[in-house]
Amino acid sequence: MSAANGTPPAPSTGSAANGNGRRPLLETRNLSVDFGGLHALDGLDFEVHEGEIVSVIGPNGAGKTTLFNAITATVEVAAGDIVFEGASLLGLDPNRVTARGIARTFQNVRLFANMTVLENVMVSQHCRTRQHAFGALFYTPSFRREETEIRERAEKVLSFFGSRLVGYRFDQPAFTLSYANRRRLEIARAMATQPKLILLDEPVAGMNPVESAELTGMIGRLRDEWGFAIVVIEHHMDVVREVSDRVVVLDHGTKIAEGDYAEVSTDPRVIEAYLGHGAETS
Amino acid sequence: MTATLPPQTGAAGASAEPPPAASRPALAQDWRRLVRMGAVGAVAQVFIALSNMPVRLDERVIVKPVLSLGYLTLLIVPFAAGHRVGHQVKREGMAVHAAGAHEMAGGAACGAVAGGGLSLLAVLLANFDLREPLVNWSPMLAELLAFGNATWFAVVIWLVIGAAVGALGGALRLLGPRTRRAVVTMALAVGGAAVLEPLVVDLAEGMRLEALTDWLYARRGGINWTSALGLAAASGILAVLGRGRIQQARTHIAALEGAQRTRTNGLLILATAAVLIVLPLFAGKLTNELLANVGLFVLLALGLNVVVGLAGILDLGYVAFFAVGSYSAAVLTAATSPRINPELPWLAALIVVVIITGLVGLFIGAPVIRMRGDYLAIVTLGFGEIIRLLFLSDWLSGWFGGSQGITKIPGAGIFGLTSVAGTDPRRVFYLVLAFCALAIYVSWRLERSRLGRAWMAVREDETVAEAMGINTVNVKLLAFVVGAVLGSFSGAIFSAKVGSVFPNSFLILVSIVILVVVIFGGMGNIVGVIAGSAVLIGVLGGPKQPGLLAEFSEFKLLIYGALLIWMMLARPEGLIPSVRRSRELHQQEMAQDAWLKGQVEDDNHDDGSSGPQAAPAT
Ligand SMILES: Nc1ncnc2c1ncn2[C@@H]1O[C@H](COP(=O)(O)OP(=O)(O)OP(=O)(O)O)[C@@H](O)[C@H]1O
Ligand SMILES: [Mg+2]
Repeated sequence: MSAANGTPPAPSTGSAANGNGRRPLLETRNLSVDFGGLHALDGLDFEVHEGEIVSVIGPNGAGKTTLFNAITATVEVAAGDIVFEGASLLGLDPNRVTARGIARTFQNVRLFANMTVLENVMVSQHCRTRQHAFGALFYTPSFRREETEIRERAEKVLSFFGSRLVGYRFDQPAFTLSYANRRRLEIARAMATQPKLILLDEPVAGMNPVESAELTGMIGRLRDEWGFAIVVIEHHMDVVREVSDRVVVLDHGTKIAEGDYAEVSTDPRVIEAYLGHGAETS
Repeated sequence: MTATLPPQTGAAGASAEPPPAASRPALAQDWRRLVRMGAVGAVAQVFIALSNMPVRLDERVIVKPVLSLGYLTLLIVPFAAGHRVGHQVKREGMAVHAAGAHEMAGGAACGAVAGGGLSLLAVLLANFDLREPLVNWSPMLAELLAFGNATWFAVVIWLVIGAAVGALGGALRLLGPRTRRAVVTMALAVGGAAVLEPLVVDLAEGMRLEALTDWLYARRGGINWTSALGLAAASGILAVLGRGRIQQARTHIAALEGAQRTRTNGLLILATAAVLIVLPLFAGKLTNELLANVGLFVLLALGLNVVVGLAGILDLGYVAFFAVGSYSAAVLTAATSPRINPELPWLAALIVVVIITGLVGLFIGAPVIRMRGDYLAIVTLGFGEIIRLLFLSDWLSGWFGGSQGITKIPGAGIFGLTSVAGTDPRRVFYLVLAFCALAIYVSWRLERSRLGRAWMAVREDETVAEAMGINTVNVKLLAFVVGAVLGSFSGAIFSAKVGSVFPNSFLILVSIVILVVVIFGGMGNIVGVIAGSAVLIGVLGGPKQPGLLAEFSEFKLLIYGALLIWMMLARPEGLIPSVRRSRELHQQEMAQDAWLKGQVEDDNHDDGSSGPQAAPAT
């Protein structure tokens, strides 16, 4: 794991890198997820390449969050396969998926509310660190070194958000944060797991336009400076237009369109899906 | 950008109280509330009386010759009711009136209603035969209620006593904060001296201070009333003089940071350790026995605290590990063990015990740990009972002696230097102390490590912890095993101390008591857990061990229950809460405070800078 020593992987070449012809970083093949009789995902083929920002859009209930849940092994996959870096993720526990290099945020922010901001980020480095009970009990040099590293890395990740989450906020319990800061902390937590791919579920929901624009810029920086590939679920079309290399449109668990923003936004099937469901497309 | 913390203008300003209006006239009472509260008190009084507590506890004198523990149980209710009825709800915009005659009159009336319960009971006892359904009370109750006089006297006197005590309770509201603090200190001093009597007498004997105890205590128990007055006066004066200092020292210590903080903490710990090491030297058998019992429960509670307090696994079968530790130590050390008897030295046996208990922890934990919440609690409860039944069963009686248990277990030999057995409780205490120190160190270090943080995360939200890369099954299992091993220490010492193990030493009740200790003391906080054991086990007694108030033994569970209910209502985070637990329970208030503070911060912040959070041009 190249990120294990705290330095992010080398920045990719930029937004042009959608890697046609190369093996995708993540690929779902014919992926299906059922809830009772409902096909939340229905034979979905979906791929993400290294250094790419893909937006997933679609009306409410289209199966976007379910796609994330399937990738992170929190729902059962009925059929199909999920391949990450050439190896299948099926059958892994969620924590193993994270260890492989996929991190996520949640649509309805789920922080460790009573832990401090810093602790939230420190604990998320669990799968990248090794020290166990023995080191803690005997206070070994390697334990102390690793603790310092964990703390420094946490501070570094938090400082990505400017002054929003640093200083006195380090030691504040997460539940005291404003809504926008909670969303930022969720992203920081995902970054701290040192992933190759980050899944962001509606990262700007509930933010005001200024905050939303700021975060949009940050999603780009996450890719450019930290080298993450990113999948964003988003309802705000200005955000989608701004960040995406590629847009995938889901409806009823299937992909109805794919392409860059201009193509997708004029696709009649997409307009139909949205208008048909009466969802906002601002 | 480095915003200096502004004074908490928002929070402080909002909660500033309006000056109280004049006090209300004495008779303008909320009569419905008053009667309701009094009636509740009356029911409580009758319940206490019929539970036979007053009669049984009458033997324990508190202040000679005016007050016994038995009468105290009857006085406490009207006092509390009288105090409570004067409580004013303080809300934004609601007028608050000054305390005065109104409070005393209300307290008296409420106390009289509560006392009236006993009057009624006295009449009933005199005229009807209540023995049939209510079997607990003894015939001496009527006599006790009437102070040896006729029934009409009981009727009148309890109305009067109720009113008087209730008025006192109400009067407590008239005192300013300082005076009230002094009064409370005085009451605590006298009450404490009475409760601690066996301990103080024992220690004074060891230190050759018999003169002091002869002055303080009456010959057949209880504080002399003159000495009680003296003690109250002295403690009151001390409270007035010293109060500011203690508070000052506390805030001073709390404000320390970094190296200084560490040093102060180190000194405090050293001082406590020194007292705990020196104290038993002066103490007699009784005190040491008590200390050893408390220590054993501290050890158990510390172990359970890792499981429940740190990892958030509600384990109701913790006694299983205590049992496994006791039995395996017994089998390994006792010559009388039925099947195998290697007669290992205690310390060598302990290593095997730890391994066995760890394995049992894994074995029980593996299937259980995947469950969550209530299901897990119930399954652990079952496992706790299964382990006991296995030790009891005929099937394994060839190994563990069935209901006969294993007896004649030798004391714990330490490197052949000494042997620690129940006959010398002082050595047992020192052994327990050493293991408590170990357990404290273990929980303290683990809490502040990668593992401790993972436990916290699992406690907060298991699904998210898993998604953040924590193998929740493994870390929970590890908590279970650490708890099991700490419990087995206690078990191994227990079997060496008592010299025998029987299946019925490991009833479910033990699990419950340990859990109550942890909850009462303050879940997740080491100091809290120790305080909880000291108060509950030390004063009231453990499942089988007598405490300072040995008279309580048959009412112990009743009092445990009452204390637990009161604690959940008044202070759910426990006696000495952990920071985190109070956060969980008071999230809303704290979030508001922090929000107010954040508003101020962010205002400063936005004025000062425009760089990082300016929106990128789109
Ligand atoms: N755990 C579950 N059990 C049963 N049905 C579920 C579950 N999770 C999701 N669903 C259903 O699956 C469908 C897809 O849900 P999903 O959450 O993926 O939608 P989404 O595209 O994220 O919608 P939104 O934009 O509202 O977040 C919905 O019809 C939803 O009701
Ligand atoms: Mg969704």
